[in-house]
Amino acid sequence: MAGSGTAHLRDANEVLLRVENLLVEFPVGRSGLKVNAVTNISLDVKPGETLGLVGESGCGKSTTGKAIMQLPKPTGGSVMFEGRDIAKLQGEELRAIRTRLQMIFQDPISSLNPRRKVEDIIAEGLNIWKIGTPEQREAKVNELMEAIGFDPAVQRGKRPHQFSGGQCQRISIARAVATDPKLIICDEPVSALDVSVQAQILNLLEDMKARYGLTLIFIAHDLAVVKNISDRVVVMYLGKICEVGGPDELYANPRHPYTAALLSAIPVPDPSVKPSERMTLGGEIPSPVTPPSGCRFRTRCPRAEALCAEQEPQIHQVGADHFVACHFPLEAGETLTASSESFTV
Amino acid sequence: MLEVKDVRTSFKTDRGLVKAVDGVSFTLERGETLGVVGESGCGKSVLSKTIMGLLPSNASRSGSIKFEGQEIGGPSIKHMRDFWGTQMSMVFQDPMTALNPVMKVGKQITESLRHHLDVSREFANETALQLLSSVGIPEPERRLKQYAFEMSGGMRQRVMIAIALACGPKMLFADEPTTALDVTVQAQILDLLEAQQAERFMAMILVTHDLGVVAGRADNIMVMYAGQSIEMAPTRTLFSQMRHPYTEALLKSIPKLNQASHTRLDAIGGRPPDLVNPPVGCRFAPRCPYAQAKCHQEAPPLMVHDTPGHEYACWFPVGTPQGAEALAKNQGSIGTAVGGQ
Repeated sequence: MAGSGTAHLRDANEVLLRVENLLVEFPVGRSGLKVNAVTNISLDVKPGETLGLVGESGCGKSTTGKAIMQLPKPTGGSVMFEGRDIAKLQGEELRAIRTRLQMIFQDPISSLNPRRKVEDIIAEGLNIWKIGTPEQREAKVNELMEAIGFDPAVQRGKRPHQFSGGQCQRISIARAVATDPKLIICDEPVSALDVSVQAQILNLLEDMKARYGLTLIFIAHDLAVVKNISDRVVVMYLGKICEVGGPDELYANPRHPYTAALLSAIPVPDPSVKPSERMTLGGEIPSPVTPPSGCRFRTRCPRAEALCAEQEPQIHQVGADHFVACHFPLEAGETLTASSESFTV
Repeated sequence: MLEVKDVRTSFKTDRGLVKAVDGVSFTLERGETLGVVGESGCGKSVLSKTIMGLLPSNASRSGSIKFEGQEIGGPSIKHMRDFWGTQMSMVFQDPMTALNPVMKVGKQITESLRHHLDVSREFANETALQLLSSVGIPEPERRLKQYAFEMSGGMRQRVMIAIALACGPKMLFADEPTTALDVTVQAQILDLLEAQQAERFMAMILVTHDLGVVAGRADNIMVMYAGQSIEMAPTRTLFSQMRHPYTEALLKSIPKLNQASHTRLDAIGGRPPDLVNPPVGCRFAPRCPYAQAKCHQEAPPLMVHDTPGHEYACWFPVGTPQGAEALAKNQGSIGTAVGGQ
């Protein structure tokens, strides 16, 4: 699994962002070895869509998000945004793009400057780019504070330490929306929050998306959260794409053995579902310095055969908007069966 | 086996006395698993540290903790040493920081064996080897000689479990044992804990913020909010007839896999109260959709109402005529406690 290919990409005229064969590598000290963080990932996002990127730690989902932001620039591949390949832009031209391409980070508290007031944090982008008159900027800050459920009169002069994690994440959202971006990359925005606050932030993101006409790339490890917010989901493993599809179809009929295993590993808040009846994936994610040959998932896959070690699977269509990179995908409705013992490495 | 009665733990801070655990009682028998569920700051971790006697010096506690009929957790650490390892032990949340980075993992396992059981070096090494293979670590001989940084997160948590099990404890505390791990590894670790518990007939307290983790694995669940136990019941009862509005709200706010995408979530408005000055009356009242005037004045007692074994503390419980009436009254009028940030 974990294959390459572009079969799942849509017409270039319909999409806001089109990433092709994105490659991100990091050197390992002076050893000459490299971490294959993201290898030939292609994805696209239509205007108004929320694309969910999901996978376990080390699958390259955050690296993908950062490479799209050019933080740092990817090793290879193209990132077409608003008709230009921003991976080729430099200096001032690249800086100008950032008003329309924003990011929300995982840790809401450390991503805000502790010494600045909330109003300055939200207005920073507006001030840097001198968008509108000072009065218009102030009005915009007031409007944004109201949109995130703050009372501007009371809270504008406070500093981040006076707020809870959930409230800081609201401030991050307001800051990201301030410059009227086209696309916001949300990198695990709710992972550090408690469940009750997580629900508030997810609802707020949906509201802000509708209100400001946003397009989102939502990166998370929690499959249920990703399903809730996404219009299309990309499942990643060890720097490669496994499966792409609409959330309802993908979760109901996972075709990739990894997606199926991931879904069955989620603890369900329902005591009638016994954990022992579920299929557990053995072993752990291999090192991205020396990824397995062929399909990168084969070392943990209950369906792996000789072919999987020799040849990398290509992404191909298996349903209306459903694509998978696997030599032996599951049939629709088929469940993954394997004794977990035999695969516990 | 374990009897906890009206335990209160507070910390002296610059802002005043933080009442982290405020009157929690429960009992636990051998072979049973108690799931303790709540959000950050609800006192669930402080509760397990209180029972283990691992509180910092600015903490004070009252109430009674009896282990096999004997009062434990007094002021002296020396006294607790006889319990740690052989009677009760703990698996911590973060396997990266809970292991000693400059000591080989083998030594960390044999350390407690040698100290508590006074066995020979050879026997301790042999036992460590068996322990590592029983927690599913491949090539245990090689791993014994490694340091924590040479292992993955899942591996380290397996080592932590091996250390906790080394002296054959009768009770195991697992404090968010899988929160730092990926979901496929989480499933492996939870399966391992369950298997070891059954094999050794231990009692286990599984502390977590994830209702999903305890749903399939605990016999009883205690839900905590703002330092208090607000509902306690056998797992199936809790899920099928939850009575406390907080339990209901917590479950409703989790995105579910079987919901269609873009389903609006029922978020709980507001945030948990400050434990220096908790609200008068029910502590959940300011965020509760059922709250009435009485809730803001008088704290409801935790007690058994209709079903034996099912305790809850609420004046207007979910799924009862009083609760339905209170909810309808609130939804009819404007300006309830619902909403806010």
